[in-house]
Amino acid sequence: MDEPRKTALHAWHAEQGARLVPFAGWVLPIQYAGGIISEHEACRNAAALFDVSHMGQVFVPGDPDAAAVALETRVPSDLRNLPVGRAKYSVLLTDEGTVADDLMLTRVADGWRLVVNAARTAADLALLEASLPAAHRPVLRQGRSLLAVQGPLAERAVAAMLPEVEELTFLDGRECFLEGQPVFVSRLGYTGEDGFEFDLPDALAMPFATRLQRDTRVTPAGLGARDSLRLEAGLCLYGHDIDTTVNPAAAGLGWVVSKRRREAKDFPGAEAVVAEIASGAAQRFVGMTLEGRLPAREGAVVFAGDEAVGRVTSGGFAPSLGHPIAMGYVDAEHATPGTALGLQVRRHVVNATVTKLPFVPHRYHR
Amino acid sequence: MTRRYTKDHEWVEFDGKLATIGISEHAQEQLGDVVFVDLPEVGREVEAEDAMAVVESVKAASDVYAPIGGRVAEVNDALVDNPALVNEAAEGDGWFVKLEPTDAAAIDDLLDADAYKALVATLS
Repeated sequence: MDEPRKTALHAWHAEQGARLVPFAGWVLPIQYAGGIISEHEACRNAAALFDVSHMGQVFVPGDPDAAAVALETRVPSDLRNLPVGRAKYSVLLTDEGTVADDLMLTRVADGWRLVVNAARTAADLALLEASLPAAHRPVLRQGRSLLAVQGPLAERAVAAMLPEVEELTFLDGRECFLEGQPVFVSRLGYTGEDGFEFDLPDALAMPFATRLQRDTRVTPAGLGARDSLRLEAGLCLYGHDIDTTVNPAAAGLGWVVSKRRREAKDFPGAEAVVAEIASGAAQRFVGMTLEGRLPAREGAVVFAGDEAVGRVTSGGFAPSLGHPIAMGYVDAEHATPGTALGLQVRRHVVNATVTKLPFVPHRYHR
Repeated sequence: MTRRYTKDHEWVEFDGKLATIGISEHAQEQLGDVVFVDLPEVGREVEAEDAMAVVESVKAASDVYAPIGGRVAEVNDALVDNPALVNEAAEGDGWFVKLEPTDAAAIDDLLDADAYKALVATLS
Protein backbone atom coordinates (compact mmCIF):
# COMPACT_ATOMS: atom_id res chain seq x y z
CA MET A 1 0.00 0.00 0.00
CA ASP A 2 1.27 3.45 -0.85
CA GLU A 3 2.07 5.93 1.86
CA PRO A 4 -1.06 8.04 2.48
CA ARG A 5 -0.91 11.49 0.89
CA LYS A 6 -0.76 14.66 2.92
CA THR A 7 -2.68 17.79 2.05
CA ALA A 8 -0.97 21.18 1.82
CA LEU A 9 -2.43 21.97 5.25
CA HIS A 10 -0.97 18.88 6.97
CA ALA A 11 1.41 20.79 9.24
CA TRP A 12 -1.28 23.36 10.00
CA HIS A 13 -3.71 20.64 11.10
CA ALA A 14 -1.10 19.18 13.43
CA GLU A 15 -0.45 22.64 14.90
CA GLN A 16 -4.18 23.00 15.57
CA GLY A 17 -4.19 19.82 17.63
CA ALA A 18 -5.85 17.68 14.97
CA ARG A 19 -6.16 13.95 15.34
CA LEU A 20 -5.02 12.77 11.93
CA VAL A 21 -6.34 9.53 10.47
CA PRO A 22 -5.98 7.68 7.17
CA PHE A 23 -8.95 8.25 4.87
CA ALA A 24 -9.30 7.24 1.21
CA GLY A 25 -5.54 7.25 0.66
CA TRP A 26 -4.98 10.54 2.49
CA VAL A 27 -4.13 11.63 6.03
CA LEU A 28 -6.87 13.94 7.25
CA PRO A 29 -8.08 15.43 10.53
CA ILE A 30 -10.98 13.48 12.03
CA GLN A 31 -11.29 16.17 14.69
CA TYR A 32 -9.34 18.88 16.48
CA ALA A 33 -8.90 19.40 20.22
CA GLY A 34 -12.39 20.84 20.73
CA GLY A 35 -14.11 17.66 19.61
CA ILE A 36 -16.69 16.76 17.00
CA ILE A 37 -19.74 18.18 18.78
CA SER A 38 -18.20 21.62 19.27
CA GLU A 39 -16.96 21.69 15.65
CA HIS A 40 -20.42 20.66 14.47
CA GLU A 41 -22.04 23.42 16.51
CA ALA A 42 -19.50 25.95 15.26
CA CYS A 43 -20.61 25.18 11.71
CA ARG A 44 -24.32 25.45 12.53
CA ASN A 45 -23.95 28.63 14.62
CA ALA A 46 -20.94 30.48 13.19
CA ALA A 47 -18.45 29.14 10.62
CA ALA A 48 -16.21 26.11 10.21
CA LEU A 49 -13.19 25.53 7.99
CA PHE A 50 -12.78 22.08 6.41
CA ASP A 51 -9.83 20.80 4.41
CA VAL A 52 -11.42 18.73 1.65
CA SER A 53 -8.33 18.67 -0.57
CA HIS A 54 -8.58 14.89 -0.77
CA MET A 55 -11.54 15.23 -3.10
CA GLY A 56 -10.75 14.69 -6.74
CA GLN A 57 -10.71 17.86 -8.84
CA VAL A 58 -11.19 16.94 -12.47
CA PHE A 59 -11.25 19.32 -15.40
CA VAL A 60 -13.07 18.40 -18.60
CA PRO A 61 -11.68 20.78 -21.22
CA GLY A 62 -13.12 22.04 -24.46
CA ASP A 63 -16.14 23.92 -25.70
CA PRO A 64 -18.55 23.63 -22.75
CA ASP A 65 -21.59 23.03 -24.97
CA ALA A 66 -19.91 20.13 -26.74
CA ALA A 67 -18.50 18.85 -23.44
CA ALA A 68 -21.99 19.00 -21.90
CA VAL A 69 -23.31 16.74 -24.64
CA ALA A 70 -20.47 14.28 -23.98
CA LEU A 71 -20.86 14.42 -20.18
CA GLU A 72 -24.59 13.81 -20.47
CA THR A 73 -23.82 10.27 -21.66
CA ARG A 74 -22.74 9.57 -18.05
CA VAL A 75 -24.63 12.22 -16.06
CA PRO A 76 -28.47 12.23 -16.15
CA SER A 77 -28.90 15.96 -15.42
CA ASP A 78 -29.53 18.81 -17.82
CA LEU A 79 -26.00 20.08 -18.36
CA ARG A 80 -26.60 21.62 -21.79
CA ASN A 81 -28.76 24.36 -20.32
CA LEU A 82 -26.63 25.10 -17.28
CA PRO A 83 -25.15 28.60 -17.61
CA VAL A 84 -21.48 29.45 -17.20
CA GLY A 85 -20.63 29.99 -13.55
CA ARG A 86 -23.34 27.66 -12.24
CA ALA A 87 -22.84 24.35 -10.44
CA LYS A 88 -25.03 21.28 -10.27
CA TYR A 89 -25.04 18.24 -7.97
CA SER A 90 -25.49 15.00 -9.88
CA VAL A 91 -24.33 11.42 -10.26
CA LEU A 92 -22.00 9.60 -12.60
CA LEU A 93 -23.62 6.46 -13.96
CA THR A 94 -22.19 3.01 -14.68
CA ASP A 95 -23.15 1.21 -17.88
CA GLU A 96 -25.94 -0.41 -15.89
CA GLY A 97 -27.28 2.96 -14.76
CA THR A 98 -26.21 2.55 -11.13
CA VAL A 99 -24.35 5.21 -9.19
CA ALA A 100 -20.61 5.19 -9.96
CA ASP A 101 -20.18 8.36 -7.89
CA ASP A 102 -21.91 11.54 -6.83
CA LEU A 103 -20.30 14.81 -7.85
CA MET A 104 -20.52 18.55 -8.38
CA LEU A 105 -20.20 19.89 -11.91
CA THR A 106 -19.60 23.56 -12.70
CA ARG A 107 -19.69 25.02 -16.19
CA VAL A 108 -16.87 27.49 -16.89
CA ALA A 109 -15.92 29.33 -20.06
CA ASP A 110 -13.40 26.74 -21.23
CA GLY A 111 -14.89 23.48 -19.97
CA TRP A 112 -16.30 21.82 -16.88
CA ARG A 113 -14.95 21.57 -13.36
CA LEU A 114 -15.88 18.38 -11.55
CA VAL A 115 -15.39 17.58 -7.86
CA VAL A 116 -15.62 13.86 -7.11
CA ASN A 117 -15.14 11.61 -4.08
CA ALA A 118 -11.53 10.82 -3.14
CA ALA A 119 -12.05 7.06 -3.05
CA ARG A 120 -13.72 7.16 -6.49
CA THR A 121 -11.35 9.51 -8.31
CA ALA A 122 -9.41 6.84 -10.20
CA ALA A 123 -12.55 4.90 -11.17
CA ASP A 124 -14.31 8.10 -12.26
CA LEU A 125 -11.38 9.16 -14.41
CA ALA A 126 -11.29 5.77 -16.10
CA LEU A 127 -15.02 5.90 -16.73
CA LEU A 128 -14.85 9.44 -18.14
CA GLU A 129 -11.78 8.68 -20.27
CA ALA A 130 -13.67 5.78 -21.83
CA SER A 131 -16.78 7.88 -22.40
CA LEU A 132 -15.59 11.29 -23.55
CA PRO A 133 -14.06 12.13 -26.94
CA ALA A 134 -10.38 13.13 -27.08
CA ALA A 135 -11.22 16.85 -27.18
CA HIS A 136 -12.74 16.52 -23.71
CA ARG A 137 -10.25 14.10 -22.18
CA PRO A 138 -10.55 14.57 -18.38
CA VAL A 139 -7.55 15.91 -16.48
CA LEU A 140 -6.95 15.28 -12.77
CA ARG A 141 -5.87 18.67 -11.46
CA GLN A 142 -2.70 18.50 -9.39
CA GLY A 143 -1.26 20.92 -6.88
CA ARG A 144 -4.62 22.32 -5.89
CA SER A 145 -6.20 22.47 -2.45
CA LEU A 146 -9.92 22.51 -1.75
CA LEU A 147 -11.03 24.28 1.41
CA ALA A 148 -14.64 24.68 2.54
CA VAL A 149 -15.89 27.45 4.80
CA GLN A 150 -19.39 26.63 5.97
CA GLY A 151 -21.92 28.19 8.32
CA PRO A 152 -24.12 31.25 8.78
CA LEU A 153 -21.10 33.52 9.36
CA ALA A 154 -19.05 32.06 6.49
CA GLU A 155 -19.90 34.93 4.16
CA ARG A 156 -18.79 37.62 6.58
CA ALA A 157 -15.61 35.75 7.47
CA VAL A 158 -14.65 35.19 3.84
CA ALA A 159 -15.73 38.61 2.54
CA ALA A 160 -13.05 40.18 4.72
CA MET A 161 -10.54 38.62 2.28
CA LEU A 162 -12.61 38.40 -0.89
CA PRO A 163 -15.49 40.91 -0.93
CA GLU A 164 -16.75 39.54 -4.31
CA VAL A 165 -18.15 36.45 -2.58
CA GLU A 166 -21.12 38.51 -1.43
CA GLU A 167 -22.28 38.63 -5.05
CA LEU A 168 -22.57 34.85 -5.28
CA THR A 169 -25.77 32.95 -4.56
CA PHE A 170 -26.16 29.21 -3.90
CA LEU A 171 -24.45 27.14 -6.63
CA ASP A 172 -22.70 30.12 -8.24
CA GLY A 173 -18.99 29.74 -8.94
CA ARG A 174 -16.43 32.18 -10.23
CA GLU A 175 -12.75 32.93 -10.38
CA CYS A 176 -11.40 35.49 -7.92
CA PHE A 177 -7.86 36.61 -7.15
CA LEU A 178 -6.16 36.19 -3.81
CA GLU A 179 -2.60 37.50 -3.43
CA GLY A 180 -2.57 37.83 -7.21
CA GLN A 181 -3.33 34.16 -7.78
CA PRO A 182 -6.51 32.71 -9.26
CA VAL A 183 -8.88 31.05 -6.81
CA PHE A 184 -12.12 29.44 -7.90
CA VAL A 185 -14.87 30.13 -5.37
CA SER A 186 -18.18 28.26 -5.32
CA ARG A 187 -21.09 29.01 -3.03
CA LEU A 188 -21.98 25.47 -1.98
CA GLY A 189 -20.92 22.72 0.38
CA TYR A 190 -22.06 19.53 2.02
CA THR A 191 -23.22 20.59 5.48
CA GLY A 192 -26.70 21.99 4.76
CA GLU A 193 -25.42 25.47 5.67
CA ASP A 194 -24.60 28.43 3.50
CA GLY A 195 -20.93 28.44 2.63
CA PHE A 196 -18.15 28.33 0.09
CA GLU A 197 -15.58 26.01 -1.39
CA PHE A 198 -12.24 27.44 -2.46
CA ASP A 199 -10.16 25.72 -5.08
CA LEU A 200 -6.75 27.28 -4.66
CA PRO A 201 -3.10 26.56 -5.47
CA ASP A 202 -1.45 24.49 -2.72
CA ALA A 203 0.88 27.39 -1.93
CA LEU A 204 -2.11 29.55 -0.96
CA ALA A 205 -3.73 26.98 1.34
CA MET A 206 -1.63 27.83 4.37
CA PRO A 207 -1.94 31.63 4.14
CA PHE A 208 -5.67 31.26 3.48
CA ALA A 209 -6.23 29.01 6.51
CA THR A 210 -4.01 31.17 8.71
CA ARG A 211 -5.90 34.32 7.79
CA LEU A 212 -9.27 32.69 8.42
CA GLN A 213 -8.08 31.26 11.68
CA ARG A 214 -7.35 34.75 12.99
CA ASP A 215 -11.08 35.37 12.61
CA THR A 216 -12.67 34.23 15.88
CA ARG A 217 -15.86 33.35 14.01
CA VAL A 218 -14.11 30.46 12.23
CA THR A 219 -13.37 27.07 13.82
CA PRO A 220 -11.36 24.33 12.08
CA ALA A 221 -13.49 21.19 11.72
CA GLY A 222 -12.62 17.63 10.73
CA LEU A 223 -14.16 14.66 9.00
CA GLY A 224 -16.17 13.71 12.09
CA ALA A 225 -18.16 16.94 12.09
CA ARG A 226 -18.42 16.84 8.31
CA ASP A 227 -20.14 13.46 8.64
CA SER A 228 -22.57 14.47 11.40
CA LEU A 229 -23.43 17.69 9.52
CA ARG A 230 -24.14 15.97 6.21
CA LEU A 231 -26.18 13.28 7.99
CA GLU A 232 -28.41 15.91 9.63
CA ALA A 233 -28.71 17.60 6.23
CA GLY A 234 -29.90 14.29 4.71
CA LEU A 235 -27.03 14.21 2.22
CA CYS A 236 -25.77 10.87 0.86
CA LEU A 237 -22.29 9.57 1.56
CA TYR A 238 -20.84 7.57 -1.30
CA GLY A 239 -19.78 4.04 -0.35
CA HIS A 240 -22.33 4.01 2.47
CA ASP A 241 -25.69 5.40 1.36
CA ILE A 242 -25.07 5.03 -2.36
CA ASP A 243 -22.85 2.83 -4.48
CA THR A 244 -22.86 0.82 -7.69
CA THR A 245 -25.67 -1.44 -6.40
CA VAL A 246 -28.33 1.30 -6.55
CA ASN A 247 -29.67 3.52 -9.28
CA PRO A 248 -30.39 7.20 -8.59
CA ALA A 249 -34.15 6.63 -8.29
CA ALA A 250 -33.77 4.02 -5.55
CA ALA A 251 -31.30 6.27 -3.72
CA GLY A 252 -33.81 9.10 -3.50
CA LEU A 253 -31.78 11.01 -6.09
CA GLY A 254 -34.40 10.84 -8.85
CA TRP A 255 -34.50 14.64 -8.67
CA VAL A 256 -31.08 14.91 -10.31
CA VAL A 257 -32.60 13.43 -13.49
CA SER A 258 -33.97 16.44 -15.34
CA LYS A 259 -37.33 16.46 -17.12
CA ARG A 260 -35.72 16.61 -20.54
CA ARG A 261 -33.54 13.60 -19.72
CA ARG A 262 -36.50 11.61 -18.36
CA GLU A 263 -38.38 12.21 -21.57
CA ALA A 264 -35.38 11.51 -23.81
CA LYS A 265 -34.26 8.49 -21.73
CA ASP A 266 -30.80 9.08 -23.16
CA PHE A 267 -28.56 7.89 -20.31
CA PRO A 268 -27.45 4.45 -19.07
CA GLY A 269 -30.21 2.49 -17.36
CA ALA A 270 -32.76 5.15 -18.29
CA GLU A 271 -35.71 2.75 -18.69
CA ALA A 272 -35.37 1.38 -15.15
CA VAL A 273 -34.65 4.77 -13.58
CA VAL A 274 -37.56 6.51 -15.31
CA ALA A 275 -39.92 3.64 -14.42
CA GLU A 276 -38.79 3.73 -10.78
CA ILE A 277 -39.14 7.50 -10.59
CA ALA A 278 -42.73 7.12 -11.86
CA SER A 279 -43.83 4.08 -9.85
CA GLY A 280 -41.41 4.21 -6.92
CA ALA A 281 -38.58 1.81 -6.14
CA ALA A 282 -39.26 -1.39 -4.16
CA GLN A 283 -37.04 -0.01 -1.41
CA ARG A 284 -36.84 3.69 -0.58
CA PHE A 285 -34.07 5.75 0.93
CA VAL A 286 -35.47 7.32 4.09
CA GLY A 287 -34.54 9.21 7.23
CA MET A 288 -35.25 7.73 10.66
CA THR A 289 -35.46 9.47 14.02
CA LEU A 290 -34.50 7.25 16.95
CA GLU A 291 -35.97 7.25 20.45
CA GLY A 292 -33.54 7.42 23.33
CA ARG A 293 -29.81 7.93 22.98
CA LEU A 294 -28.43 4.73 21.48
CA PRO A 295 -27.24 5.34 17.91
CA ALA A 296 -27.86 2.79 15.14
CA ARG A 297 -24.98 2.62 12.69
CA GLU A 298 -24.40 1.38 9.18
CA GLY A 299 -25.57 -2.23 8.84
CA ALA A 300 -28.25 -2.15 11.55
CA VAL A 301 -31.29 -4.15 10.41
CA VAL A 302 -34.62 -2.30 10.23
CA PHE A 303 -37.74 -4.14 11.45
CA ALA A 304 -41.47 -3.54 11.09
CA GLY A 305 -42.75 -5.75 13.89
CA ASP A 306 -40.89 -9.07 13.48
CA GLU A 307 -40.21 -8.60 9.81
CA ALA A 308 -36.86 -7.31 8.52
CA VAL A 309 -37.77 -4.55 6.06
CA GLY A 310 -34.50 -2.72 5.49
CA ARG A 311 -31.09 -1.62 6.68
CA VAL A 312 -29.33 1.45 7.97
CA THR A 313 -26.65 2.87 5.68
CA SER A 314 -25.61 5.89 7.80
CA GLY A 315 -26.40 6.64 11.39
CA GLY A 316 -25.16 8.45 14.43
CA PHE A 317 -25.79 11.04 17.05
CA ALA A 318 -27.15 14.33 15.71
CA PRO A 319 -25.52 17.11 17.74
CA SER A 320 -27.96 19.78 16.55
CA LEU A 321 -30.96 17.65 17.51
CA GLY A 322 -29.62 16.01 20.67
CA HIS A 323 -30.63 12.49 19.68
CA PRO A 324 -29.57 9.79 17.21
CA ILE A 325 -30.72 9.72 13.57
CA ALA A 326 -30.18 7.32 10.70
CA MET A 327 -30.70 6.97 6.97
CA GLY A 328 -31.17 3.78 5.02
CA TYR A 329 -33.27 1.70 2.70
CA VAL A 330 -36.67 0.28 3.73
CA ASP A 331 -39.40 -1.52 1.79
CA ALA A 332 -41.70 0.99 0.10
CA GLU A 333 -44.75 0.12 2.25
CA HIS A 334 -42.83 1.19 5.37
CA ALA A 335 -41.26 4.32 3.90
CA THR A 336 -43.98 6.89 4.64
CA PRO A 337 -42.95 9.58 7.13
CA GLY A 338 -44.42 8.78 10.54
CA THR A 339 -44.13 4.99 10.14
CA ALA A 340 -42.92 3.26 13.32
CA LEU A 341 -39.93 0.94 12.84
CA GLY A 342 -37.44 -0.90 15.04
CA LEU A 343 -33.68 -0.80 14.57
CA GLN A 344 -31.64 -3.73 15.85
CA VAL A 345 -28.54 -2.57 17.69
CA ARG A 346 -26.79 -5.49 19.38
CA ARG A 347 -29.36 -6.90 21.86
CA HIS A 348 -31.61 -3.82 21.71
CA VAL A 349 -34.42 -2.92 19.36
CA VAL A 350 -34.51 0.88 19.19
CA ASN A 351 -37.84 2.50 18.32
CA ALA A 352 -37.60 4.79 15.31
CA THR A 353 -39.92 6.86 13.14
CA VAL A 354 -39.54 7.47 9.43
CA THR A 355 -38.70 11.17 9.03
CA LYS A 356 -38.75 13.39 5.98
CA LEU A 357 -35.26 14.48 4.95
CA PRO A 358 -33.45 16.66 5.73
CA PHE A 359 -33.49 16.31 9.52
CA VAL A 360 -32.14 19.86 9.88
CA PRO A 361 -33.44 22.38 7.30
CA HIS A 362 -30.97 23.54 4.67
CA ARG A 363 -30.05 27.21 4.92
CA TYR A 364 -28.57 27.90 1.51
CA HIS A 365 -28.19 31.46 0.25
CA ARG A 366 -30.53 31.37 -2.74
CA MET B 1 -5.97 0.63 46.70
CA THR B 2 -3.99 0.37 43.53
CA ARG B 3 -5.33 0.96 40.12
CA ARG B 4 -4.47 -1.43 37.32
CA TYR B 5 -4.94 -1.09 33.57
CA THR B 6 -5.40 -3.38 30.58
CA LYS B 7 -3.75 -3.07 27.21
CA ASP B 8 -7.28 -2.41 25.88
CA HIS B 9 -7.42 0.78 27.99
CA GLU B 10 -9.75 -0.26 30.80
CA TRP B 11 -8.88 0.49 34.41
CA VAL B 12 -9.85 -1.54 37.48
CA GLU B 13 -9.63 -0.77 41.16
CA PHE B 14 -10.43 -3.31 43.89
CA ASP B 15 -11.64 -2.24 47.34
CA GLY B 16 -11.49 -5.72 48.87
CA LYS B 17 -15.04 -6.52 47.84
CA LEU B 18 -15.92 -4.95 44.50
CA ALA B 19 -13.78 -4.12 41.47
CA THR B 20 -14.71 -0.80 39.87
CA ILE B 21 -14.06 -0.70 36.12
CA GLY B 22 -13.94 2.11 33.61
CA ILE B 23 -12.01 3.29 30.57
CA SER B 24 -8.76 5.20 30.81
CA GLU B 25 -8.25 8.91 30.29
CA HIS B 26 -6.29 8.02 27.15
CA ALA B 27 -9.22 5.94 25.82
CA GLN B 28 -11.62 8.78 26.51
CA GLU B 29 -9.43 11.22 24.59
CA GLN B 30 -9.19 8.86 21.64
CA LEU B 31 -12.95 8.24 21.51
CA GLY B 32 -13.99 11.87 21.62
CA ASP B 33 -17.47 12.95 22.63
CA VAL B 34 -19.29 10.01 24.21
CA VAL B 35 -23.03 9.98 23.43
CA PHE B 36 -24.16 6.64 24.88
CA VAL B 37 -22.87 3.85 27.11
CA ASP B 38 -24.44 0.44 26.66
CA LEU B 39 -24.04 -1.13 30.11
CA PRO B 40 -24.50 -4.81 31.01
CA GLU B 41 -27.35 -6.07 33.18
CA VAL B 42 -26.72 -6.40 36.89
CA GLY B 43 -26.20 -10.06 37.73
CA ARG B 44 -24.51 -10.93 34.43
CA GLU B 45 -21.48 -13.20 34.75
CA VAL B 46 -18.52 -12.14 32.63
CA GLU B 47 -15.19 -13.77 31.90
CA ALA B 48 -11.97 -11.83 31.60
CA GLU B 49 -11.71 -10.21 28.14
CA ASP B 50 -15.45 -10.58 27.42
CA ALA B 51 -16.99 -7.56 25.73
CA MET B 52 -19.15 -6.36 28.61
CA ALA B 53 -20.15 -2.84 27.57
CA VAL B 54 -20.14 -0.66 24.48
CA VAL B 55 -19.23 2.99 24.43
CA GLU B 56 -20.68 5.02 21.58
CA SER B 57 -18.88 8.19 20.60
CA VAL B 58 -20.11 10.54 17.88
CA LYS B 59 -18.04 8.68 15.34
CA ALA B 60 -18.10 5.00 16.36
CA ALA B 61 -19.09 2.20 18.72
CA SER B 62 -16.28 0.59 20.74
CA ASP B 63 -16.33 -2.50 22.94
CA VAL B 64 -15.25 -2.32 26.55
CA TYR B 65 -13.74 -5.60 27.81
CA ALA B 66 -13.89 -7.07 31.29
CA PRO B 67 -10.36 -6.86 32.76
CA ILE B 68 -11.19 -9.80 35.05
CA GLY B 69 -14.01 -12.32 35.43
CA GLY B 70 -16.87 -11.84 37.86
CA ARG B 71 -20.50 -10.98 38.41
CA VAL B 72 -21.84 -7.52 37.61
CA ALA B 73 -22.90 -6.11 40.99
CA GLU B 74 -23.60 -2.51 39.98
CA VAL B 75 -23.65 -0.31 36.88
CA ASN B 76 -23.18 3.46 36.77
CA ASP B 77 -26.69 4.76 36.17
CA ALA B 78 -25.38 8.33 36.00
CA LEU B 79 -24.02 7.50 32.52
CA VAL B 80 -27.52 6.84 31.19
CA ASP B 81 -28.52 10.49 31.40
CA ASN B 82 -25.06 11.96 31.19
CA PRO B 83 -22.76 9.87 28.98
CA ALA B 84 -20.43 12.88 28.70
CA LEU B 85 -19.33 12.03 32.24
CA VAL B 86 -16.99 9.54 30.57
CA ASN B 87 -15.21 12.47 28.90
CA GLU B 88 -15.25 14.63 31.98
CA ALA B 89 -14.07 12.02 34.50
CA ALA B 90 -13.09 8.77 32.80
CA GLU B 91 -11.10 7.54 35.76
CA GLY B 92 -13.53 8.84 38.40
CA ASP B 93 -17.29 9.47 38.26
CA GLY B 94 -17.34 8.11 34.71
CA TRP B 95 -16.81 4.48 35.85
CA PHE B 96 -18.87 1.82 34.08
CA VAL B 97 -19.45 -1.22 36.31
CA LYS B 98 -18.60 -2.81 39.64
CA LEU B 99 -17.81 -6.52 39.56
CA GLU B 100 -17.68 -9.13 42.29
CA PRO B 101 -14.45 -10.74 41.07
CA THR B 102 -14.20 -14.49 40.62
CA ASP B 103 -10.51 -14.24 41.41
CA ALA B 104 -9.34 -10.89 42.74
CA ALA B 105 -5.72 -11.97 42.51
CA ALA B 106 -6.01 -11.78 38.70
CA ILE B 107 -6.02 -7.99 39.06
CA ASP B 108 -2.36 -8.10 40.09
CA ASP B 109 -1.47 -9.56 36.69
CA LEU B 110 -2.70 -6.41 34.92
CA LEU B 111 -0.56 -3.38 34.09
CA ASP B 112 0.34 -0.97 36.85
CA ALA B 113 0.11 2.76 36.25
CA ASP B 114 3.73 3.07 35.08
CA ALA B 115 3.49 0.13 32.70
CA TYR B 116 0.25 1.48 31.25
CA LYS B 117 1.76 4.94 30.84
CA ALA B 118 4.66 3.35 28.98
CA LEU B 119 2.22 1.51 26.72
CA VAL B 120 0.31 4.70 25.91
CA ALA B 121 3.60 6.46 25.15
CA THR B 122 4.29 3.89 22.42
CA LEU B 123 0.92 4.61 20.80
CA SER B 124 1.32 8.30 20.06
